[in-house]
Amino acid sequence: MKKQSAIIFTSVALLALLVAPHFLKSYGVYLLTYWLVFILAAMGLNLTVGYAGQKSLGHAAFFGIGAYTVAIMMKAGFSFWLGLPAAAAICFVTGILVGFPALRVQTIYLAFATLGFNTAAWLVMRNEEQYTGGTFGINNIARPELFGLSLDGALAYYYFTLGVTIVFGLLLFGLLRSPWGKAFTALRDNPIRAESLGVDVRNYTLLSFAIGAVYAGVAGALFASLVQFIDPAPFGVGQSIMMYLMVVIGGPGYFFGPVVGAAVGVVLPEWLRFAQDWYLFVFGSAVVLLMIWLPDGLLSIPDRIRARRESREASAARAAAVTAAAANAGKGSGA
Amino acid sequence: MADFFQLLFSGLATGSIYALAALGFTLLWQASGTINFAQGEFVMLPAFAMLAFASFGMPMPLSFFLTIVLAIAVLGWAFKRGIVDPLFRYGMMQIVVATIGLSIAMRNGVRLTGAEAHPFPSLFADRIYNIAGVTVTQSDIGTLVLAMLLVIGTQAFLARTITGRAMQAVAQNTESASVLGINVPRMIFYTFAINAILACAAALLVTPVYLAKFDMGESLGTKAFFAAVIGGFNNSRGALLGGLIVGVGENLAAAYVSAAYKDAVALALFMVVILFKPQGLLGRKEERKV
Repeated sequence: MKKQSAIIFTSVALLALLVAPHFLKSYGVYLLTYWLVFILAAMGLNLTVGYAGQKSLGHAAFFGIGAYTVAIMMKAGFSFWLGLPAAAAICFVTGILVGFPALRVQTIYLAFATLGFNTAAWLVMRNEEQYTGGTFGINNIARPELFGLSLDGALAYYYFTLGVTIVFGLLLFGLLRSPWGKAFTALRDNPIRAESLGVDVRNYTLLSFAIGAVYAGVAGALFASLVQFIDPAPFGVGQSIMMYLMVVIGGPGYFFGPVVGAAVGVVLPEWLRFAQDWYLFVFGSAVVLLMIWLPDGLLSIPDRIRARRESREASAARAAAVTAAAANAGKGSGA
Repeated sequence: MADFFQLLFSGLATGSIYALAALGFTLLWQASGTINFAQGEFVMLPAFAMLAFASFGMPMPLSFFLTIVLAIAVLGWAFKRGIVDPLFRYGMMQIVVATIGLSIAMRNGVRLTGAEAHPFPSLFADRIYNIAGVTVTQSDIGTLVLAMLLVIGTQAFLARTITGRAMQAVAQNTESASVLGINVPRMIFYTFAINAILACAAALLVTPVYLAKFDMGESLGTKAFFAAVIGGFNNSRGALLGGLIVGVGENLAAAYVSAAYKDAVALALFMVVILFKPQGLLGRKEERKV
């Protein structure tokens, strides 16, 4: 039943994503593409945070590394199709290099180490002007071609991004069902038990972190080609924290958590534009309240309702059993 | 060489402010397992509260006192009851996210009143001393001395008074503490209150330099954490050492290496320390519990 409803939900959502842009103006299509890019980035973070239970607050650094890799390579005359794997590879290696010292000590240390790494990466983007253009950034980043088809138009690029997101979503789904994915969740739920069962904790945490970084790098590459102009601003610590909030708000460890979370983080601010200065204040307060009421994120609502219904049914059954027993007892004493 | 000592000294002064924020950080962590991502904003809010009281024509000492009372109520009691207590049973991630949300709300709430930086009266006179060719400002000396006194005072309170020792007992082992008849929730509240007081003191010392601005707490909170880890998260003296190391390191690196990468110094020190001594310079190793 649950599996069926998940399949129905997924196909309806996919259909909506395929049809939706035809009813939207070009800014709407742009915003949808923007949303997809952040879903992709948040999916990687969900692997690190939600499934493997590591606290990473430097995701925007990898997002930025991916974006700058593609931008710099395309400016140097290389194709997007060379830049994309290069971005992924560089993010993977950087993820391993950063994760190695930080994962020596678990939990919250990783959060601050990655936060610091993000600051350092941001400083490099801002200061190394000969490569990154400093605060002026890099402009006129071209959009790629696919099998001779130009992806210049907003609609074409939207479908391209949708395709990449779905492919990476399926890869993640496969990974989570594989023994690796099981090892990741074992690690999150009880690291010491996982270790005694022969899971190499160090390697698997490192791997979950680096794979998460690859997703951010690919998202960053798509981002650079989408906005066609990058400067250090969207890759700062604030963005990392926003991505982390996306995962947690959507529901860490829920496969579709990032979809909901990215909508809250990217699409909602557009709707709430009229609130302007108030927006972030309201957003921050809403995060606090959400944590108090729904500590497992928005997608935990169905589970919660189910748990409540089950406990109500159980207590009703118990009450019925008690009355039945009482009636039996009454009968017994009457006889 | 005179330059070097000058940098060293002003670094010590900045570092002692980091140490104040770091000390509050470690105390909260030890007593309740709370990682407070809003620690920088806990310094920013009292700065604005003091300015607000002063704008009603109150003298500085009175507005500082009122701010402390207000901070204990809001940043101590209300923070503990409203956010930490209900989230404690879910675990650290929820508290981290809630305090991140809190810091966003606080920062942007203050921003609504205006994004400009407000000047803040300094405790110290604008005087410069020349000691053996090294020029030091009165505010550097005053900041260092006051912050040191506060840290040492907090240490003494924890080590020498009955309440302080009870607080340490709660931090070390909550269950045995409560078996011994210690009122655990009250001791944890005292920790939050001390954190609030330290934040007010840090605000008083740091704001004349940083100016009162909605985002002044942003880097302070992170540096406080790095300082706490470098010194040793489970040792209050570590916060002092870590704060001073970060302050001095930043100042020296800005002068001799690269000013543009000043903010990365704390990270670099932090990485080196956790690579070679993950428990921090003064920290004890903690055994893992199954």
